[in-house]
Amino acid sequence: MNNRQAAHDGLNDAELSQLYQEVILDHYRRPRNKRDIEDTTHTVTMNNPLCGDVIDLLLSVKGGRIADISFKGKGCSISLASASMMTERLKGKSVDEALALSGTFTEMLHGDPAAAEATELGDLRALAGVSKFPVRVKCALLAWNCLQELVGPDA
Amino acid sequence: MNTTPALDVDRVRADFPILNREVHGRPLVYLDSAASSQKPTQVIRAMSEYFEQHHSNVHRGAHELSVEATDAYEHARATLAGFIGAREPAELVFTRGTTESINLVAYAWGSGLERGDEIVLTVMEHHSNIVPWQLLAERSGVRLRFAGLTAAGRLDVDHLASLIGPSTRLVGLTHVSNSLGITNPVAEIAGLAHDVGALCLVDGAQAVPHMPVDVGALGCDFYAFSAHKMCGPTGVGALWARQAILEAMPPFQGGGEMISEVKLEGSVWAPVPHKFEAGTPPIAEAVGFGVAADYITALGFEAISAHEADLTSYALNRLAGLDGFELFGPSEDRLGVLSFRYGDIHPHDLATILDRQGVAIRAGHHCNQPLMDYLGVDATARASLYLYTTRGEIDVLVDALLVARDLFGGFE
Ligand SMILES: Cc1ncc(COP(=O)(O)O)c(C=O)c1O
Repeated sequence: MNNRQAAHDGLNDAELSQLYQEVILDHYRRPRNKRDIEDTTHTVTMNNPLCGDVIDLLLSVKGGRIADISFKGKGCSISLASASMMTERLKGKSVDEALALSGTFTEMLHGDPAAAEATELGDLRALAGVSKFPVRVKCALLAWNCLQELVGPDA
Repeated sequence: MNTTPALDVDRVRADFPILNREVHGRPLVYLDSAASSQKPTQVIRAMSEYFEQHHSNVHRGAHELSVEATDAYEHARATLAGFIGAREPAELVFTRGTTESINLVAYAWGSGLERGDEIVLTVMEHHSNIVPWQLLAERSGVRLRFAGLTAAGRLDVDHLASLIGPSTRLVGLTHVSNSLGITNPVAEIAGLAHDVGALCLVDGAQAVPHMPVDVGALGCDFYAFSAHKMCGPTGVGALWARQAILEAMPPFQGGGEMISEVKLEGSVWAPVPHKFEAGTPPIAEAVGFGVAADYITALGFEAISAHEADLTSYALNRLAGLDGFELFGPSEDRLGVLSFRYGDIHPHDLATILDRQGVAIRAGHHCNQPLMDYLGVDATARASLYLYTTRGEIDVLVDALLVARDLFGGFE
């Protein structure tokens, strides 16, 4: 093995390629709605003590609707892409619709094939591949746990 | 001059059955020994043999097995005391590990401190050498002070010296940093502590697996370490302290084993070290701990150090050749625990991608959150080497990093 060439022979791992799709890397490198918002009504910071990911979620809820939504934070591609896509998807939705999406999204991450087909998830379906990586599920759920904390049934 | 034989790494690897397994269809490349080392057959066998032939409770029954179990347990204590240069086996207290050893000191020795007293630590400490002192600060109002690093990524000894004064009661620091790979000048710092009448506690978790430790030469007062990072089992570790210090300290936990007489009005403590070993101890683990020390001694630290130094410079050379590779800590005069970032790939993503190629590294803050804050990063990836690591495995690591870069479509 000492004489191995510097050139690597690549890796053909469909599950990894599924995990790191272009759309996910794009949201990681160019996160949407990573900014301040006006008239913030709800805000929370949650972290993932195991890996150090931190997400702040900011909401402006008006008349039961998410008028604006943004996030800040640091973390891996999965937690940031999930947060970024989530803000795009939830802006303008009613709180009830947002919570329903949160439920579907969580089922998808737990490997439910029907949830992974749900068109209402839009781009978020790109994260379906995370279900094959159980230790990463909590990364994908971090922003959604913030949402639950702010407007979920126990909020 | 004696020349020690070089480490025969193939023979060493044959002692570690787990190194033969595959992960995700690839040969395991275990680069997480700083978190916990793997175990040689010698240790695994000694522990099973203890259970199959000798097990009973220690220091209790007047029957043969109890005598054998006690002998095995006390033999391990003597081995480990010798391993770190303690004068007497009685100076070595078995604990659950480094964390419990430091908690023992913070609780038992720390109970004599009061508001106005100060404890000097460093920003590179593992959480286990920070949080017990924060708990003590909450209980008693002692003040904690933290020494920083130099621009070169080493302990800023001048800064540390400037924090030591008449109120200092203890200086606590790690012997080897679990993130930066540097070895701290413990003897010098113990001297600074003693100049003001303070004690010096050393976290030896990352040193004992890699270098000969002589607590007498270091001149420290407390030395804490864990079995599982030095080829031994989980669940056991040790606290060394000078006998007079241990004798002056109140107990940590109360119960069986640690008393010589119990009356309803009060009890008399057992002599050290038993005063600090309440309850049935981890006997088989202590036996495995002793055999781990014997295993390392038989290989010889000279051979181990030479092997690890060669691997570390090989790894640093190869990794430095990767565009986007950033090492934390100095690149010379350091041990083989390598914290790094690679391009804009988050360490957590790197760990996932490497894992799928059989390569086990750690990602995160490595129980070093204050250090990460100090360095201005939220996380790093960490590859750590040990006596069974090969150059070929470093090559696999480098290839695996290139795969990660490709998956991320290069860096931005
Ligand atoms: C420097 C250092 N100190 C303390 C510890 C804690 O050791 P343990 O978890 O065995 O108590 C570790 C290991 O995680 C370490 O690297």
